[in-house]
Amino acid sequence: MAAIETFALEKTYLAGFWRNQPKTALKPLTLTVPEGEVFGYLGPNGAGKTTTLKLLMGLIFPSGGSATILGFDWRDPRVKAHIGFLPEQPYFYDYLTAGELLDYYAQLSGVPVRQRRRRIDAVLERVGLPGVRELQLRKFSKGMLQRLGIAQAIIHDPRLLFLDEPMSGLDPVGRRQVRDLIQSLKDEGKTVFFSTHILSDAEALCDRVAVLHQGELRGLGVVQDLLARFSGKVELICDAAAAAGALTALGGQCHATGETIRAVLPQSQLDPAIDAVRRARGRIVSVTPLRASLEDYFLEKLTEVPAEVSR
Amino acid sequence: MLNRIAAISYNTFREAVRDRVLYNLIFFALLLVGSSLLVGQISIGIERIVLVNLGLTAVSLFGIVIAIFIGIGLVSKEIDKRTLYTVLARPVRRWEFILGKFFGLVGTLVVNTFFMAVGFFTALLFLVHRFERSDVSLLAALYFIVLQFVIVTALALLFSSFSSPLLSAVFAFALFIIGTFAEDLRAFAALAHGVSGAIATAAAWLVPNFAALNVISSVAHSQPVPGALIAYNTAYALLYAAAAVAAAGLIFEHRNLK
Repeated sequence: MAAIETFALEKTYLAGFWRNQPKTALKPLTLTVPEGEVFGYLGPNGAGKTTTLKLLMGLIFPSGGSATILGFDWRDPRVKAHIGFLPEQPYFYDYLTAGELLDYYAQLSGVPVRQRRRRIDAVLERVGLPGVRELQLRKFSKGMLQRLGIAQAIIHDPRLLFLDEPMSGLDPVGRRQVRDLIQSLKDEGKTVFFSTHILSDAEALCDRVAVLHQGELRGLGVVQDLLARFSGKVELICDAAAAAGALTALGGQCHATGETIRAVLPQSQLDPAIDAVRRARGRIVSVTPLRASLEDYFLEKLTEVPAEVSR
Repeated sequence: MLNRIAAISYNTFREAVRDRVLYNLIFFALLLVGSSLLVGQISIGIERIVLVNLGLTAVSLFGIVIAIFIGIGLVSKEIDKRTLYTVLARPVRRWEFILGKFFGLVGTLVVNTFFMAVGFFTALLFLVHRFERSDVSLLAALYFIVLQFVIVTALALLFSSFSSPLLSAVFAFALFIIGTFAEDLRAFAALAHGVSGAIATAAAWLVPNFAALNVISSVAHSQPVPGALIAYNTAYALLYAAAAVAAAGLIFEHRNLK
């Protein structure tokens, strides 16, 4: 069963004083995310990622199209018992303690009262916040609030998670912990749909990614396949400081450390580059073809002319 | 369903209780009730009338202020702060959220009125040294004040579901003021003709009739409150509040959250 299916889901706002200027936030989006997948929803700021998430969560209403979540119509309130949502830069009731907040959300999600205390302690431990149960949220740091946001998303053990920028506000240790958490959720068979503009996180975690730009789906692919593509560039490492100028003239990006140069060149310039190193009486240390990164794919999709994207 | 509404109600009550502004308002209300003892000294022979008038008016006014200032932010604050996102991401229907907010604030006001009533009756006991049989009508007056709070809360919630806090406060206060003169408005409507008559009649029946819920003057003069009036006012307040809350639910059901 598909965890998420959208059918030409779109959103247009009416802007202007007389509300007669249509502004498209999301063009018709048709997408399928199977269960058990970690799906990365990528795009620059303003691409429409949060709009998509808010449509799927029923916080805003679409101008057209529809969606199903775990086989339910996306507007069916029953589906919410099986999904967890972390909004971007979450705000919580700062007059509550962490324990009170999670208890409130657990109650709203239908967690039986006798299970709540144990679950709250387990979830706080899991997100790296042990011992803060009695601490009022107004005393939480930004990173702590972000982790608490993840805690409230998983308190009722949902099958599907929507995370909007889950790494936002976290230090490197926190980001690593959240990455490990998302990986562990995947190992439990949960589906994770998360939006981010931090490509390294998506590269490390996602099975598939989609690229959104100006409200339009520009690319969709399996991460492993995307990374296996050849980038068309090679890395040349040599002991020939005198050849740096020639390598740069061939279109290479050079970085020198003492006598050693690391140059990244187009594949077509490899032979002339090797000749330049020989003329400088240098020594070739290594020649390595460079694989594409997710960043390369992302930037490629942002700049190319939109075409029909295979689902 | 009931579990979710109860959870939202309790959370709303908890938020109000932990808001320090509420305690300041209760303190000033009790101060006013206490000061009515001093004011009563000025008018020999009518100390009780002054105390009852001033005391119950203080309970009413401060309660209205609390109902409006908390009520106008019930929905709009949750939207602006985006705390609503994580609530509506749960299996919570939008109308359940509205109902929970309504019951939470009404519960807060009932508890608040109880404490202010304790202060009021303490002041009265200090003045008259013992209660009379006729003092039961004071309870009816307090009950009518609570019914006023129910209507004002429903109205503040209605405005909060589509308007900014500032405009909601203006609308709610305006309706409260007009509602206290509802009887005069109805009398004017009866005399007016044509289009203005139709408009006046519609307005007279649409605005909440707070005048009928104000028996402070009559209980101050130890007049009893008829049972029929209690029944009529209860039905009126509950129906009016239900209509306002239903309208709030309907508006909120179709609202795009920012």
